Amino acid sequence: MAQASAVEHHPTSTGTDNRKLLWWIFLGSECLFFGSLLATYLIFKGSLAIPPFPTDRIVDAAALVGVSDAAREACHSIGNNLFECEGILDVPVTSQSTFVLLMSSVTMVLAVYGAQNNRLKMMKLWLLATMLLGLAFLGYQVFEFTTFGNEGLNLSSNQFGASFFMLTGFHGTHVAVGVLYLGSLLFASFRRSGLGPEAGFHIESAGLYWHFVDVVWIVLFTVLYLIPA
Amino acid sequence: MATAVETLAPPATQSGIWSWITTIDHKRIGALYAITGFIFFLVGGVEALLIRAQLAVPNGDVIDPELFNQLFGVHALTMIFLAVMPMGAGFFNYMIPLMIGARDVAFPRLNALSYWIFLGGALLLTSSFIFGGAPDAGWFAYAPLTSEQFSPGRNMDFYVLGILMLGVSSMAAALNFAVTIINMRAPGMSLLRMPVFVWMTLIISALLILALPPLTVALLQLLFDRHYETSFLSPGGGGDPLLWQHLFWVFGHPEVYILILPAMGIVSETLPVFSRKPLFGYSAIVFSGMAIAFLGWAVWSHHMYTTGLGPVQKSIFAGTTMTIGVPTGIKIFNWLATMYGGSIRFTTSMYFAVAFIALFTIGGISGVMHASPPIDTQQQDTYWIVAHIHYVLVGGALMGIFSGIYYWFPKMTGRFLGEGLGQVHFWLMFIGINLTFFPMHFLGTAGMPRRIYTYDSGMGWDFWNMVATIGALVIGVSLLVFIANFFRAMGQKPTAPNNPWDAATLEWATTSPPPEHDFDLIPIVRGRDPLWFDRDHGHAPAAAPDSAVHIHLPPPSYYPMMMAVGVLLLAVGPMTHLVLTAFGAVVIAYSVWGWALEPTD
Repeated sequence: MAQASAVEHHPTSTGTDNRKLLWWIFLGSECLFFGSLLATYLIFKGSLAIPPFPTDRIVDAAALVGVSDAAREACHSIGNNLFECEGILDVPVTSQSTFVLLMSSVTMVLAVYGAQNNRLKMMKLWLLATMLLGLAFLGYQVFEFTTFGNEGLNLSSNQFGASFFMLTGFHGTHVAVGVLYLGSLLFASFRRSGLGPEAGFHIESAGLYWHFVDVVWIVLFTVLYLIPA
Repeated sequence: MATAVETLAPPATQSGIWSWITTIDHKRIGALYAITGFIFFLVGGVEALLIRAQLAVPNGDVIDPELFNQLFGVHALTMIFLAVMPMGAGFFNYMIPLMIGARDVAFPRLNALSYWIFLGGALLLTSSFIFGGAPDAGWFAYAPLTSEQFSPGRNMDFYVLGILMLGVSSMAAALNFAVTIINMRAPGMSLLRMPVFVWMTLIISALLILALPPLTVALLQLLFDRHYETSFLSPGGGGDPLLWQHLFWVFGHPEVYILILPAMGIVSETLPVFSRKPLFGYSAIVFSGMAIAFLGWAVWSHHMYTTGLGPVQKSIFAGTTMTIGVPTGIKIFNWLATMYGGSIRFTTSMYFAVAFIALFTIGGISGVMHASPPIDTQQQDTYWIVAHIHYVLVGGALMGIFSGIYYWFPKMTGRFLGEGLGQVHFWLMFIGINLTFFPMHFLGTAGMPRRIYTYDSGMGWDFWNMVATIGALVIGVSLLVFIANFFRAMGQKPTAPNNPWDAATLEWATTSPPPEHDFDLIPIVRGRDPLWFDRDHGHAPAAAPDSAVHIHLPPPSYYPMMMAVGVLLLAVGPMTHLVLTAFGAVVIAYSVWGWALEPTD
């Protein structure tokens, strides 16, 4: 890397910077974190008894006893004491937010390119763009959570609500931390000393985290939204 | 760069409480871990003595049932998370950089952060006794007993938030040590030249990094169930109590290897030194350690044989559990072969190491016994299991840790623990352990259940319970002897030479105690037992450089401590008022910012 010679570090046994190794191992640990949350979601997905459901489903009247009015509205009788409940997931809208998050990975790459090639204006611009796309994703998530809430899905409505909000909520928290992380780097880059001689390294580390959070979303979007019940 | 160093040089004074709060020196942090761990070990010991006092005679009334429930849960939590793990961490901190020939860990401030978060979590957990009651559902905290419905007090909140904090601390430490060991080795120290203790630390780090996230998720689910109206774990709301057991034991079983592997690493250092022979089967021991860590992921459901898993699942987990005895057995035979034909010096450290092998083997064998589901169904929740866990953790982990304490004490302090008092300590402890825990096998086979707060006379349990209580008192006395030995040694002049035991590993190449920068010159490693290799091949130690040479060290920092305070506030919030959580988040954000901008070069 171009900036490696600018600051001299103690040579490491593997040749990889300690901090970068730390990031990679930490992200490995994060995989287990999201894996456990996702496993919880999948365990309950198979045994959902009461609406709201993620996708369309036919249930008998017993399943509607005691559910909230909002959740009940999504179910209509199809005779024979059976009810068809509309699924709550809105794949087109979430596809948009997924696209936004994917694009933020592109802008992140451009920011890293700018930082590593000492094109600081480019770095700042694309950092800002990445942040805005991240914020847009969070906006979509706020919209989605609010809509679901109005349709009767919340932490206590059923196991789908609990595990869905916990899983996507912790992912959203990771995105929010990422936005703050990028924001603090952007803020620091406006100081007189900028990000210092290791700007490329700092932005690259942030990028590693950002891409990871993005990849996690791709897994979540596929498993939660695209794979049918 | 050099000019910048001058202005940021660490303060000249290296004493006073402020220097300990801001220290980022791995040796001082190691000492803090070790001493804190030992103090909590005594706390856990007092809890155990109260339990034994209550159970000494039938229908005992020393303590009431509520307190008893709190004591057996907190005794386990204290011993596991606040005593054995931190005492192991004390050795990691102090010894790993020295053993791999580095000047510090990869992230000194992160190391300090680990300690302060640990201290915060430990105090939070223990303070529960003062603030309305300690966790009273056992250390495994099975759902749905822990739900708000069945545990309405704050007891289990202390559990959730305390363990979450300790998990963050362990995670930070494990990341740090994984990077340190992978990346900071001295020239020539290839992976298969690393001392076994370093190997075991690397394996433990990997286990922690992968095992803590499932526990974190389980604790978050419990937290949400208790405070935010979810019902992940309560069957009443459609939840699944077994989910907790799976997530908990996916962490919990690797955790027992996290507790025992440091001891295995320590005796792999002390046995060769006191047998004056290189470790027999080095590669076999290292790869057995890896096999144990790998198989450790495939055995968790043996804690759940009685939950109705089904015959196929039970057979698989019985198979993997019995398999894990194989690499453990390989290690035991290699330790025996290390001693065989050696010229053994029976120092106190060696006594503890040999006792480790013997007692750990007993615990290991009873472990293989209840790997079998039908036998386990009989033994589940009886004192047999208590006997097993204590043979492994007290006879195993703790004996290993004491072997390490006697072995490394001269390196850490420049002073020797007395051998005479050491022998008294060893024999009292050895007798005490067997007197306490061996009868529990009999009690278990006689059907005495765990966790009962009292029992009637005429069950055939009276005699062995009294014996176990006497044994526990003997262990207590042995620890008083150890404490006396410690203060006696600390009152003496530091006389220890660099390498008093004629050991082979790099920590003995520097002074006792080591200077703040560890090594004047980074050593060069030419073989698996570097100091013996150099001695036998005529490599003189490199001449120390001119004392005027300034070895740059990063300056002390108060941000780790500040951030730990923020984490503590964050954790206390859900129990009190969320304003505290918000305030904690602000403190953390401020610390992160200051931390990032603080010059370290």
